[in-house]
Amino acid sequence: MLTGNLLWVLMGTMLLGIAAGITGTFSFLQKQSLVGDAAAHAALPGIALAFLLTGQKDLPILMLGAGITSALSVYCIQWIVSFSKMKADAAIGLVLTVFFGVGVVFLTVVNHSPLGNQSGLNNFIFGKAATMTKADLTWLFLSATIIIIVSLLFYKEWKLLIFDPMYAKGIGLPIEALKATLTVLIVMTIVTGIQSVGVILMSALLIIPAVSAKLWTRKLSSMLVVSAVIGGVSGIVGTFISSTRTGLSTGPLIVLVAAAIFFLSYLFSPAGQMYKYFRKKQFRKQGEVG
Amino acid sequence: MIELWVIITGLLVGITCGMAGVFLILRKMSMIADAISHTVLFGIVMAFIITQTLNGFWMLLGAAVAGILTAYLVQLLHSSGIQQDAAIGVVFTTLFAAGVLLITLFASHVHLDVEHILMGEIAFVPWDKWTFFAITMPKAVWILLLVLLINIGFLLLFFKEMKLATFDSLYAASIGVPILFLHYGFMTSISFTTVAAFDSVGAILVVAMLIGPAATANLISKSIKQMFLFSMLYGGAAAIIGYYLAKFWDTSIAGMMATAVGLLFIMTLCAQKFMDYKRKALVSKLEGV
Amino acid sequence: MNALTVENLSVAYDKKTVLENANVTVPSGRLTAIIGPNGAGKSTFLKAILNQLPNKVGKVEILGKLFDPKSLVVGYVPQRNAVDWDFPTNALDIVLMGRYGHTGLFKRPSKQDKLLAKQALESVGMQDFAQRSIGQLSGGQQQRVFLARALAQNANIYFLDEPFAGVDAATEKTIIDILKSLREQGKSIFVVHHDLQTVKEYFDYTILLNKTILASGATEEVFTPEQLQKTYGGKLFMMQDMLGANSLC
Repeated sequence: MLTGNLLWVLMGTMLLGIAAGITGTFSFLQKQSLVGDAAAHAALPGIALAFLLTGQKDLPILMLGAGITSALSVYCIQWIVSFSKMKADAAIGLVLTVFFGVGVVFLTVVNHSPLGNQSGLNNFIFGKAATMTKADLTWLFLSATIIIIVSLLFYKEWKLLIFDPMYAKGIGLPIEALKATLTVLIVMTIVTGIQSVGVILMSALLIIPAVSAKLWTRKLSSMLVVSAVIGGVSGIVGTFISSTRTGLSTGPLIVLVAAAIFFLSYLFSPAGQMYKYFRKKQFRKQGEVG
Repeated sequence: MIELWVIITGLLVGITCGMAGVFLILRKMSMIADAISHTVLFGIVMAFIITQTLNGFWMLLGAAVAGILTAYLVQLLHSSGIQQDAAIGVVFTTLFAAGVLLITLFASHVHLDVEHILMGEIAFVPWDKWTFFAITMPKAVWILLLVLLINIGFLLLFFKEMKLATFDSLYAASIGVPILFLHYGFMTSISFTTVAAFDSVGAILVVAMLIGPAATANLISKSIKQMFLFSMLYGGAAAIIGYYLAKFWDTSIAGMMATAVGLLFIMTLCAQKFMDYKRKALVSKLEGV
Repeated sequence: MNALTVENLSVAYDKKTVLENANVTVPSGRLTAIIGPNGAGKSTFLKAILNQLPNKVGKVEILGKLFDPKSLVVGYVPQRNAVDWDFPTNALDIVLMGRYGHTGLFKRPSKQDKLLAKQALESVGMQDFAQRSIGQLSGGQQQRVFLARALAQNANIYFLDEPFAGVDAATEKTIIDILKSLREQGKSIFVVHHDLQTVKEYFDYTILLNKTILASGATEEVFTPEQLQKTYGGKLFMMQDMLGANSLC
C-alpha cells in the first residue's frame, strides 16, 4: 500500500505543513491571516498568465508567475490601506476578489485557446497532490526546506518585529526589509502549496495550525513548534487518507484534519472552552457566596 | 433578448450587492461575506445529501442556513477570544473543505459542479425560466428581485438603528437598540443576497460586488445615503462594463465583472488623489500670494 | 433617592477577575469623579453598570431601579476612540442619534427631534459645524458632539468615559461648565477622570477604584493623600512628582 511514490508525496505534504505552520504563525501574530488568503487567491492569475505568455506548464515558470501576482496582491493591500481611507478588511476583500476575477478571466482564455486543451491549470484551484511528479516534488522539497531554514534564521528579528516594532526600529533593525522578507516567505509558502492544496484552501494551512497553537501556548518559540507539528501531521494524515480512495482531493482532507485538531484544541487546551466553563462556574459560585 | 436578460441579471446583482455592501463595509465585516460565499457550497451539498434532489428551493435554503451558521460560528470563536480574521479563516476554509469532500464522497454522480458554484455561468441564466402572475422571466431575475425587496424592506425598517449600532454599538445598547438582533438580521440578509446571486454569477463575483462598489463609494461619500447611491451605481456600472469586456474578449463574464469592479476602484482612487493634489497645489499657491 | 447603588459587583474577563466585590452608593444630584490607575477597571465598571458585560455578578440599581436601557434615563458617552470617525455622516446626524430612543423603532426623527438636536449642538458651541463631516472635526470638537448627543437624549443620569482625554482647554472648560449646569438641574453625572489635579476643582463626589471600590464620598473627605496612596500604591511616587512639578508652575 505504501508505495515508493506515496512515501515521497507524504514527505512533501508534511514539509509543506511544517513550512506553512511556521510562516502562518508569524502572519497570524501580525494579524495578517486573511492577507494570506488574498495572496493565495491571487496566485491564480499569475499561473494562468505565465502559461499564456510562455505556452509551457513547467512548474517553475508557473510558480514564478504565481509568486509575482501573489506578492503584488499583498503590496496592493498595503498600498490601499496606507494611501486611502479604506479599512484593511475591505482592502483585502477587494484585492482578493479582483485578482481572483482576473485569474478566472485568464483561465477561461487559456481553456478556450488551442494550447489549453484542459492544460491541468484548473487543478490549481483545488490541488491534486496525488498526481505530483518527481520533478514537482523536488521543487516542493527544495522550497519548503528553504522556507523552514530562512524562518529559523530570522526568528529573533521577526520576534522583535512582531512584539515591539518601535523598539526594533530603535536598535537599528531594518524593519521594512524584515517585513518584506516575511511577505516573500509567506508568498513562497503559498506558491509551494497551491499544487497540492489549491489556491482556495492554501490559506487554511497558514491559519488553522497557527490559531490552534495559540490555544496551547503563549510563547513564540513553543507556538512555532506546536504549529509546525500540527501542520506536518495534517499534511501526512490528510494525504494518507486521500490516497486510500481514488478521486479524493488532497487539499480538503489536509484542511479537515487540521480543522479537527483545531476543534480538539478549542475544547481541551488550557485556553479552551472546557477550562473556561469550569472557571465561569467557579466565578459565579464565588459571587453568590460573596 | 437573451443578451438583455444576462445584462439585467448582472445589473440586479450589482445593485442588490451594492446596496447590501454598504453596512457590510461600515461594520468592517467584508471578510465575513467572503467566508459566507465559500460556505454556501457546504449548505448546498448538505441539502442534496439530506433531500437527495437537486431542487432549487432546498439548495437555496441549505445555502442560507450555511451562511447564517458561518456568521454564528465566527461570532462564537471571536467571542471566546480568537482574533476576528483568524476566526473567519478557520470557519470558512473548514466548511468549504467539508463541502468539497462531501461532493466527492456522496454527490460525484450528480451535476454539482464546484467550479460552477464558484464562478457561475451567467450566460446560462436566460434558459431557466419561471412564470409568476403571467410574467415569464429567468429564475435568477425573480430571485434577485425578491432579495432586493427583502433588503430594501430591512433597510426601511431598521435604517436608523443600523446606522447607530454600526457607528457606536455601546451607546446603541445603552438606549435599548437590539444590537444582537440587528447583527444576525443583517447577516441573514447578507446570506440571502449571496445565495440569490451566486447561482447565476458564482460565489466569487458576489463577494466582489458586495465589497468593491461599497468600499469604493465609501472613499467619496459624505453621508450614508450618498454611499448607498454611489455603491449601487458602481455595482450596476461594473456589471455592464464587465459584460461587454467579456463579450469582446470571449471570456468569463463573472470574472470580467469582478475585474471591472477593480478598474472602477482604481479610477476612483486616482481621480480622488488627483483632486487632492490639485486642491493642495491651489492652497499652496494662495498661500504664496 | 440614590443615583447609583452597586452591591457585590464582580466582573471577570477570560482568566482575570477585573473587578471584585465592588460596593458603592452615590446620592442624586452629584458630579462624581471615578478615578484610579490604568487598568484599575474604570471602563469595565461603567460597562458593568450599563449591563454590557455577560460575565458579571452582583446587583446594580440606577435611581432605585434595575437598569433598563429602554427607560432612556441613562445618557452614556463612550470613549471617543471607541468609534470610527471615518463614518460617512455629519455632526448634526450624530447628535440626532441621541433622539433615536425617543423616536422609537421604524419611525423617522421628527421636526421636534431635529430642533432638540440643533439646540444640543448649540449648547456645546458647535452650531456652526452641524453639516461638517465628523472625520474633519478635531478631537475636542468630536468630544463636544458626543456630549451633545447625550444632552439631546435628555437623560437623568450621565456616564462619561474619559471625556477630557486628548481635548483642548476650551473644550474641557465647555464640557465641565455643561456638566455643572446639569448638576444644577438636579441630574447626576459620573465621569471617568484621569487628571488628579482638577478633581477637587471639578467634582463634589469621588469614587476611588482599583480592582474594587476603595473609597467613595464627598471629594474633600475622600481625595486625601492616604486614600490616593491606597489606590495608586507604588505609582503614587510618580504622581506626587507630577503634582510637585505642576505646583511649581
